[in-house]
Amino acid sequence: MMTPFTASPGDEGEALPSVKPRSARTWLAFVRNRTGLIGIVIFVGFVVLGLLAPVIAPGNPATITMHIMSPPTAHYWLGTTAEGQSVWSQVIWGTRPTLVIGFIAGALTTALSIIIGVGGAYNGGALDDVATMFSNIFIVIPGIPLMIVLATYLHHAGTVAMILVISATGWPFGARVLRSQTLALRKRDFVQAARLTGESTWGIVQRELFPNMISLIVANFLSTIMYAIGAEVSLQFLGLGNINTVSWGSMLYWAGNYQALAFGAWWWIIPPGICIALVGGALALVNRSIDEIANPQLTSAPKRGRLHRGGTGS
Amino acid sequence: MRYVRRRLIFYLIAFWTSITLNFLIPRLMPGNPAENLMMRMHGKISPYALKALEAEFGVFQHANLAVQYWRYLIALAHGNLGVSITYFPIRVSTVIGQSLIWTLGLIGTATIISFVLGTWLGIWVAWHRHTAWDRLTVPVAMFTSAFPYFWLALIVLYVLGFVLGWFPLSGAYSNTLPPALTLPSIADLLYHAALPALTIVVVSLGGWILSMRNNMIPSLNEDYIQLARAAGLKERTIMYQYAARNALLPNLTGFAMALGFIVAGGILTEIVFSYPGLGFLLYQASSNQDYPLLQGLLLMISFAVLLANFAVDLLYGRLDPRAARSEV
Repeated sequence: MMTPFTASPGDEGEALPSVKPRSARTWLAFVRNRTGLIGIVIFVGFVVLGLLAPVIAPGNPATITMHIMSPPTAHYWLGTTAEGQSVWSQVIWGTRPTLVIGFIAGALTTALSIIIGVGGAYNGGALDDVATMFSNIFIVIPGIPLMIVLATYLHHAGTVAMILVISATGWPFGARVLRSQTLALRKRDFVQAARLTGESTWGIVQRELFPNMISLIVANFLSTIMYAIGAEVSLQFLGLGNINTVSWGSMLYWAGNYQALAFGAWWWIIPPGICIALVGGALALVNRSIDEIANPQLTSAPKRGRLHRGGTGS
Repeated sequence: MRYVRRRLIFYLIAFWTSITLNFLIPRLMPGNPAENLMMRMHGKISPYALKALEAEFGVFQHANLAVQYWRYLIALAHGNLGVSITYFPIRVSTVIGQSLIWTLGLIGTATIISFVLGTWLGIWVAWHRHTAWDRLTVPVAMFTSAFPYFWLALIVLYVLGFVLGWFPLSGAYSNTLPPALTLPSIADLLYHAALPALTIVVVSLGGWILSMRNNMIPSLNEDYIQLARAAGLKERTIMYQYAARNALLPNLTGFAMALGFIVAGGILTEIVFSYPGLGFLLYQASSNQDYPLLQGLLLMISFAVLLANFAVDLLYGRLDPRAARSEV
């Protein structure tokens, strides 16, 4: 049967032009929304920092020198570690593994959430029951202790092990959100219509469901990156990752190991933490702006608000 | 009642899942960690303890997985979690029992403080959402929730404990003052818990503020709010009795997800402050590769979180009769 193709031509002719302006409008709204723009600028800034690490801080960040525990100077902008390494150079280079693990683990986690959440909800029946049960159970089983146990068994989880551990514990949140969205969409007329015209399951998912879920999927992806970075940094800090790579988490591990704070070496502790909080905060801002565009009530814009209040209030 | 029964069944299944995970993890791990452990411990611990370890991890046993699983369940039913290696020959259940109270006290209290304070701030900010306070709170709350718990713990410890010397640097009580139910001792306990609790509250607060704000704002546009205004009710009454009351329920559902994160953060906070709770114990067990203790802790932490979630679900069922009728 050629069912997937029968309904396409007419549909696409209609669907394409209507989709394009909408997405263009979304992007414009995104740029106009200051919250989102600030978030994107900060996040992209860190990505660029990671990419340009060899230019910004040339040389090996793990190089040991004689200048031990030096406070910030003209030469060492952020001081040095107990092994005389430049904190500045470590922070810049540390961006790379942190973001890479966050990105890959985030993508893998989101993929799992989509497969389990959307797949379960779309097929319905026993499959959905099992998928829902599993996500509900794994939401309430705490992830970090499980990760600590897994990482202990794996003896200093390498990059791949760490990504797998994070994804294995992180998928249920997204699965639950995507499932309820799929359920809501599945009942909508256009999906029913597509099904009646004989479109294949994959075709419906691809052409009808995904375009309507993309903002949710993106928001989910961003939160899982946050989750993954948080988990990765925590495991690294506990010494359960590969402590010999230079990343923000391993910097904090070594700082703890050398009792940096007892020596008053705040310059060793503060920069990686601020960077983690900035990346996390930036992703949260972007997510927030997606929320605000979808639900304009949430914005705290003063002018429109006063008008609104005057109109409806006392 | 049907609601309660359904939730109970769900949590029993969830608990069974975590028990089974606990059984499977050491057996599925590459390189047979338990066997390595056994080699390491040979000659260092009594043959009795070695036997106990063997039974626990199914090493050198010719029984198949099902039989091992059955034995594991039987042992668990007797509260037997094996013997700790770090604290040999003390039983894992005893070691955990000594730490449990500290974690319950610290993370439990901090979570409640943070939930109440955050929800209240969320209500307040949503009500004043067109003021500078709201525009300030939202980004600040986002930024503080992005702090890694352990990092903020380090900073708090450094500034308030080390530089200013206002608070103790580690532990849960002074060595000279063993915990007791006397006033000086209680003051001492609170004094030691202050910084770790502060850390947990600061990081988890933002989440409650934002979610309460998001729930509250749509409810402000509801007709019954307009009606209450028209009826000339006091602002405070509308804010708390009308708007917040309805927005509180969805915030409570977020509790299940949030709790796991807060417990995780609490564990890391305990490690930084050497606070003698389950988290610190987990860290010790992990660094000493004390697998029996590690497994026991994972089970205990999961159990505590499941129990807390069940309690919240029961509360939710009481507050919202619709939950009892809906299909979950």
